[in-house]
Amino acid sequence: MLGRSANGIFWLFRYLERAENISRLIEAGFRMALTRDASDASDEWRSLIVTLGLRQSFEARHGTEYTGPHVFNFILRDKDNSGSILAITEEARTNARMVRGGITREVWESVNDGWMQLKEALARPVTETRLGAVLDLVRRQSTQVRGAMEGTMLRNEIYNFARLGSFIERADNTARILDVKYYVLLPSISYVGSSLDNVQWENVLRSVAGERAYRWLNAGRMDPRGIAEFLILDGRFPRSLAFCYSKLRSNLASLAREYGGEMHSHELLRDADCQFHQATIEGIFEQGLHEFIGTFIRNNTSLALQIQRDYRFID
Amino acid sequence: MKKTSPSSYDEMLQADGSVRSAYAGYCGWYDEQPPDLLRRKGSEAEAFFRRTGITFNVYGNEDAEERLIPFDMVPRIITAQQWRKLSRGIEQRVRALNAFLHDLYHRQEIVRSGRLPARLLKNNEAFLPEMVGFTPPGGVYTHIVGIDLVRTGEDDFMVLEDNARTPSGVSYMLENRETMMAMFPELFTRVRVREVSDYPRRLARSLAACAPSGFGGKKPVVAVLTPGIYNSAYFEHAFLADQMGAELVEGSDLRVENGRIAMRTTRGYEPIDVLYRRVDDEYLDPLTFNPNSVLGVSGIMDVYRGGGITIANAPGTGIADDKAIYSFMPEIVEFYTGEKPILQNVPTWRCAEPDALKYVLENLAELVVKEVHGSGGYGMLIGPTSSKKELAAFEAKLRAKPENYIAQPTLSLSTVPILTKAGLAPRHVDLRPFVLVSPNGIDITPGGLTRVALKKGSLVVNSSQGGGTKDSWVLDD
Repeated sequence: MLGRSANGIFWLFRYLERAENISRLIEAGFRMALTRDASDASDEWRSLIVTLGLRQSFEARHGTEYTGPHVFNFILRDKDNSGSILAITEEARTNARMVRGGITREVWESVNDGWMQLKEALARPVTETRLGAVLDLVRRQSTQVRGAMEGTMLRNEIYNFARLGSFIERADNTARILDVKYYVLLPSISYVGSSLDNVQWENVLRSVAGERAYRWLNAGRMDPRGIAEFLILDGRFPRSLAFCYSKLRSNLASLAREYGGEMHSHELLRDADCQFHQATIEGIFEQGLHEFIGTFIRNNTSLALQIQRDYRFID
Repeated sequence: MKKTSPSSYDEMLQADGSVRSAYAGYCGWYDEQPPDLLRRKGSEAEAFFRRTGITFNVYGNEDAEERLIPFDMVPRIITAQQWRKLSRGIEQRVRALNAFLHDLYHRQEIVRSGRLPARLLKNNEAFLPEMVGFTPPGGVYTHIVGIDLVRTGEDDFMVLEDNARTPSGVSYMLENRETMMAMFPELFTRVRVREVSDYPRRLARSLAACAPSGFGGKKPVVAVLTPGIYNSAYFEHAFLADQMGAELVEGSDLRVENGRIAMRTTRGYEPIDVLYRRVDDEYLDPLTFNPNSVLGVSGIMDVYRGGGITIANAPGTGIADDKAIYSFMPEIVEFYTGEKPILQNVPTWRCAEPDALKYVLENLAELVVKEVHGSGGYGMLIGPTSSKKELAAFEAKLRAKPENYIAQPTLSLSTVPILTKAGLAPRHVDLRPFVLVSPNGIDITPGGLTRVALKKGSLVVNSSQGGGTKDSWVLDD
């Protein structure tokens, strides 16, 4: 296949994954804001903008006043935000058009259909009443495309590049959420938190759709160590870093089989993957969660770049 | 059903309102359908097209970046007998076109014999000096041709235009049929229509047969070169590549390697044997043509002349699309085939000739005037529907550069009904059959693209100017 097509497929799935994760973040933020008084709610919204790395562009547009509708409209649809959900969904569709021959009709149609619906839904400013429905739409599109891919695509290089894109992005997103929220988890490491902390922790879990799974595994016990362990090391949870890396490992391995050899990216992956097998959550907190996450994000980015080089995504 | 346009040939109805034989089967089915069925299906079809992404980009219109070409659900039907005659005429014409192109780029016998004025080639940008003395692999110039036909009577089909450069629209031929079959399956059990769906396979086979020789017994590698997703016909490029199982490449994917053109794949650079390019000559090779082009491949013309790749269609074939050349097609057909042309041209005045110019100026309000190098209905004048002001402005242009124009009578194009809110109503149509050429012969797909002017009385069928399309049926015997 063409290197450019591999690039298109990779980014199609990165963008879809990103849109889904952002919508979860908004939803979690919205929920928090609803349960707080005005000034705390504003803090929540600010934290959301910070997590997404949009502080500068947001404040250039709206100043330092963080109201819900300003924040979620900025993230969803603002023209000044090149990473808005609308913009990246459009990017995803552009990539899908570019690799139209490499994806099945079902995958293309779910991307295209989702984009058309979202474009219509985001044609006017979103109100608090409509927010839930809009976020639902974003998540449904991502789910639908994933379903179409799993159900109809040949398990070949194209599929593997698609999955690599998804899991590189997902690992990055989970890591970034952890990174911004680590201060919530950190101070409380040695004692069982107040009820406010409980809500904060639950919010972290909600941002990655992990609240139910976590509760189920831990019988409702909320503690920061458990949450960090769950998000970083629990290979059963599909948005944990360990899970993403086990998938990256198997997709890179099948590429190596198909291509009859390993590339430099396989080495990088092995190094990165090791940390999940040897690490304990105690060790990570000892090293410092922030440092651990920072290193992880950097390595994850290098791995993505190396994949792009190894498989000639760009010249 | 009422006949409303008595001056033009109605392909469905006779003068007395009875149904012509071509449409007997269809009308039998139509009369049994509940009245609003087709209209309901109409919105289904539109949703289907939007979802599948069959769209058409219109240049210079931001909002309508991806506009649908309207699809009308009443098919355009041609009998087996009519098709046989058309096919013979098309084949003859395409054979002549290839012989003509070969001659133009070699000895120019037709000019030497005095049948074609040399001035038509001089200063004509479509004539490429780079092609002089070079014979493309297999001797084929026009691998894919679209011949635009108009009809004015029972047996009167005429060629309006030859598209030897890069004919587009074949994806609509294919998708229109898919849509019709999906929406009205029972109709196809009642009327036997010849298949068009194997066009991509035929295209792949035809292109592979034109591969340059000498690169081993491997299956030739075919790729489609597109200017990219913002091109108006991108959907078609992607569609054809997909259907042929060929790579869809852009200029940035290609480079010269060891005297071949190679594409950047995830495994490294791999040579291409046949490049079905949907990029104009001008942008094909920045080293040879437009130096600012980013759509082509630097050095491809050298590789081509060195026998390292087949380019389809060959560079320089656009000269055959020139409307001044067109006016000589009857002579061209006769010169190279030794036969009388089976398909006639539309009568054409060459404004470069003083007598013709005089006639054209005197009768401007009745004529259609076209730019010699123009395409797609741009830069043309339709006398009968133009205002005095428009006529005067065009007259000035004509006087200033008469050699830039040809004129034709305003033809009363045949009509086929479309579905309107008020039921069936006749609208003017044309037909573009698609023709494949390889050393193995000339292959014409039974059908083509019918374009239809959706506005009542309008003669402009171009999709860029409000035209629509229809499924085109050739009946089986």
